[in-house]
Amino acid sequence: MSGEVLLEVRNVKRYFPVRGGVLQRKVATVQAVDDISFNVRCGETLGIVGESGCGKSTTARLLMQLLVADAGTITFAGRTVGASGGMDVRDLRRQVQMVFQDSYSSLNPRCTIEDTIAYGPSVHGVGWQAARLRAREMLAKVGLDPALFAARYPHELSGGQRQRVNIARALALEPKLVVLDEPVSALDKSVEAQVLNLLVDLKRDLTLTYVFISHDLNVVQYISDRVLVMYLGKVVEVGSVESIYGSPRHPYTRALLGAKPSMDPDRRSEQVTLTGDPPTPISPPSGCRFHTRCAHAEACCAAVEPPLAGDGDHYSACHMLITGSGHSAAPCIAA
Amino acid sequence: MMAEPAAPRGPAAATSREAGPLVRCEDLKVRFVSREGTVHAVNGVSFTLDPGEVLCILGESGSGKSVMLRAMMRLLPAPIARISGRVSVAGRDVMGLDGRALGDLRGAEVAMIFQEPMTSFDPVFTIGTQITETLKRHEGLSERPARQRALELLELVQIPSPARRLDSYPHEMSGGMRQRAMIALSLACKPRLLLADEPTTALDATVQIQILQLLRRLQHELRMAVLFVTHDVGVAVEISDRIAVMYAGRFVETGPVRAIIHRPQHPYTRGLLASTVHGAMRGRRLEAIPGSPPNLAALPPGCAFAPRCRHLELACTTAVPSEMRHGDDAHMVRCIRATPR
Amino acid sequence: MSLQDAIAVRPVAEALQRAQAGKSYWSRVRERLLADRITMAVMALLASIIVIVLAAPLIATHDPTVGSVFARLKSPGYQGHWLGTDEVGRDLWSRILYGGRLSLLCGVAPVAFALLAGGSLGLLAGYRGGIINSLIMRSMDVLYAFPSILLAIAICGMLGAGLVNTILALTVTFIPPIVRISETVTAQVRSFEFVEAAQASGAKPLSIIRFHILNNVLGPILVYATSLISISIILAAGLSFLGLGITPPDAEWGLMLNNLRQAIWVNPLVAALPGAMIFITSMCFNLVSDGLRSAMDVRI
Repeated sequence: MSGEVLLEVRNVKRYFPVRGGVLQRKVATVQAVDDISFNVRCGETLGIVGESGCGKSTTARLLMQLLVADAGTITFAGRTVGASGGMDVRDLRRQVQMVFQDSYSSLNPRCTIEDTIAYGPSVHGVGWQAARLRAREMLAKVGLDPALFAARYPHELSGGQRQRVNIARALALEPKLVVLDEPVSALDKSVEAQVLNLLVDLKRDLTLTYVFISHDLNVVQYISDRVLVMYLGKVVEVGSVESIYGSPRHPYTRALLGAKPSMDPDRRSEQVTLTGDPPTPISPPSGCRFHTRCAHAEACCAAVEPPLAGDGDHYSACHMLITGSGHSAAPCIAA
Repeated sequence: MMAEPAAPRGPAAATSREAGPLVRCEDLKVRFVSREGTVHAVNGVSFTLDPGEVLCILGESGSGKSVMLRAMMRLLPAPIARISGRVSVAGRDVMGLDGRALGDLRGAEVAMIFQEPMTSFDPVFTIGTQITETLKRHEGLSERPARQRALELLELVQIPSPARRLDSYPHEMSGGMRQRAMIALSLACKPRLLLADEPTTALDATVQIQILQLLRRLQHELRMAVLFVTHDVGVAVEISDRIAVMYAGRFVETGPVRAIIHRPQHPYTRGLLASTVHGAMRGRRLEAIPGSPPNLAALPPGCAFAPRCRHLELACTTAVPSEMRHGDDAHMVRCIRATPR
Repeated sequence: MSLQDAIAVRPVAEALQRAQAGKSYWSRVRERLLADRITMAVMALLASIIVIVLAAPLIATHDPTVGSVFARLKSPGYQGHWLGTDEVGRDLWSRILYGGRLSLLCGVAPVAFALLAGGSLGLLAGYRGGIINSLIMRSMDVLYAFPSILLAIAICGMLGAGLVNTILALTVTFIPPIVRISETVTAQVRSFEFVEAAQASGAKPLSIIRFHILNNVLGPILVYATSLISISIILAAGLSFLGLGITPPDAEWGLMLNNLRQAIWVNPLVAALPGAMIFITSMCFNLVSDGLRSAMDVRI
């Protein structure tokens, strides 16, 4: 099964209307996710990186069908989600689960830990007794002693412990794919390492597939097999982690990697890799969305949007790499 | 490379030697008392800061770093927060100042920038108004010269189209620009000390590095001392001359940035550096510090890190370790296992 | 100002909360309530009023509807009348007791019914959002536009006087504010991630409302509803005062207040008694509601 495509996202769009005025008319549109396509293979960890406004959280929710796409298809294990004859949303939610970023607000403060975890299985027909038993098993699997933690409330736990509970809740339904939306961003560094170790162990023991969304490049590099870079609702580069971090092709990816703070006091960052702030997705730039901040931008970049192009496993959306795009740095058409 | 340390302290130290340290903090303690219990947020912090020096307080949530910063400017609500200890800035005892003198100090000698600039700006006034108000209050300028200074400040922090931004409201600007505006506001009266509470944490990576470089440049040009609070080791390395690692309300290790990064002595510092994720660790198990951050309402009697330390000894649990010097003067470790080299 | 507001530093707040280990939200609320001496005292007073009033058939000394031409507006202590007599010679003590039953009924029943109806409507509006929310909330706005006393008068005027109509009119008056607060709180809770997480588990809306939303919104709605009880008592008294609520010869504090109005010059003490009872009871409900609110302000 490993290596086969488990999840396929094709041309998915999701826009949000911005309403204003007295009658709440639509004045603008937030193009949160605009025509993205990618695959997730069985058994791998796909990392999705990008800054705020790039659409990664919206993508996570689209995968879970917490938001419905305006256009495009999502296919899981060969079955199209939402289409008649395909997979319905309830089935999808048994196979795909999500771990949220804010461990605090993603747990009901009035429910015990045990009840929170047992709720998912109970919704799918498992009786309460059996569901509670499964909750205890999951607690043990994530490293929390059920005897100590089952009857506690979220406010009694630390951030790292709450995140473990979140992971336990997601796994209680025995999904095949887990979408992790910034699971360690809100945690202290000393706890982050613990939770990452746990995620790696669980993936191995339960043969899971991960989609790991984060803005932290270091964490994504550590845990992912393949990486997808998003900018303003578009996929700008995708490839194996070694090729993305070792030889990034897209100017934005290079800028992002260059913006990491240095860990060596003698080699501090001196040059600015990228000026200005990321634009809002409300009225994105024409053509290549990155052209307003790109040092290599030319006329063709503002006019035409570059498609994802590349070889083998490493694709990027930049005119400089597309033969015959009109960019001065593009490879020439072989004579 | 090692022969020329990039020390911005050089010129500043020369001119300030006659004045001594700019900030002197002795045994600062902060407790929050309520009917649910007492939280010991800061438990005896002492340090000095020279003019033009950047000291970075590195700690996680629950270390008390933000509380300490606010306590130094007496920004904590009085009946709930009990502050003890001595803090003197530019020779003046902050704890003993009355309302008016404190107001004179804040903004003029000492400026503060926060993590979330949206809530630090008044949303109903333009940026220009807020900067000119500060200038009028502290420097006694009238409207026209104050506005001119405000414009210069916005140019200094590299805000594009500064003249237009003077009349913008905070919500009309992006996060990075607001943070620059906040820095401009804080520099309005040429403060000698800047207190920065995680100013780049909420920013995107590409914006964060710009702001850090800006701060470094401004600090160097204006010879400002900076007390920078952060939880990110990379940010601390980028900006500081000295690092103080804070845990459970105490400094557990302080020293020059190179000493802390290359030769950390305290088990917590070592654990923190070892568990900071970077790509080179791919494929290997991360060395995590076991356990959870301490409960400030119920601290153990001895060393606060003892429950998580792999070198635990009996003596660690009986008394709080005192500060021991390691190597040269500047490197201090609060651990009984530290060897004075 | 609560501690959490003051410092806005999460780890310190978490440390305090962890000091309260092992207890559920409601048991902590109960603890705080029991520790609040003033609220406990007021609740005790209220409870005794209710018990006394409910025991009217046992402790009333006279028939509340039987008057006497010779014993009008007598002071307390006259011939076995513990609190004196009213303007037609009826025993005031007995009338206060029986009147209390009706006044309290008109205080609690409308709020209870409005809680049921309005609470559900608000939950529905808050959870579904969109068109359904607009429909419900805008209809409530229409009703809300009327000052409550005028609305009650209008409805009672249409339906006629009497106990049932009074309760009906007051229920309709209280439905809009309860819908409003219920919708606000529900929409707030709905935006939390644990509701999203519950949806992501594949749960149906009704199950999510029952399991996740209800126990989070019940607190604030209940507090608001108890504060409405005092208003309901006063409104009911007002309706009777105007002749629209309870009709003679039944006793009700508002009605009694109206009838004894002119007696203020003759026997002020007796004339003031029904008013005093209205005041005391509605103040008690108000204070209990305040106490509940501060007990529930256990920030989680």
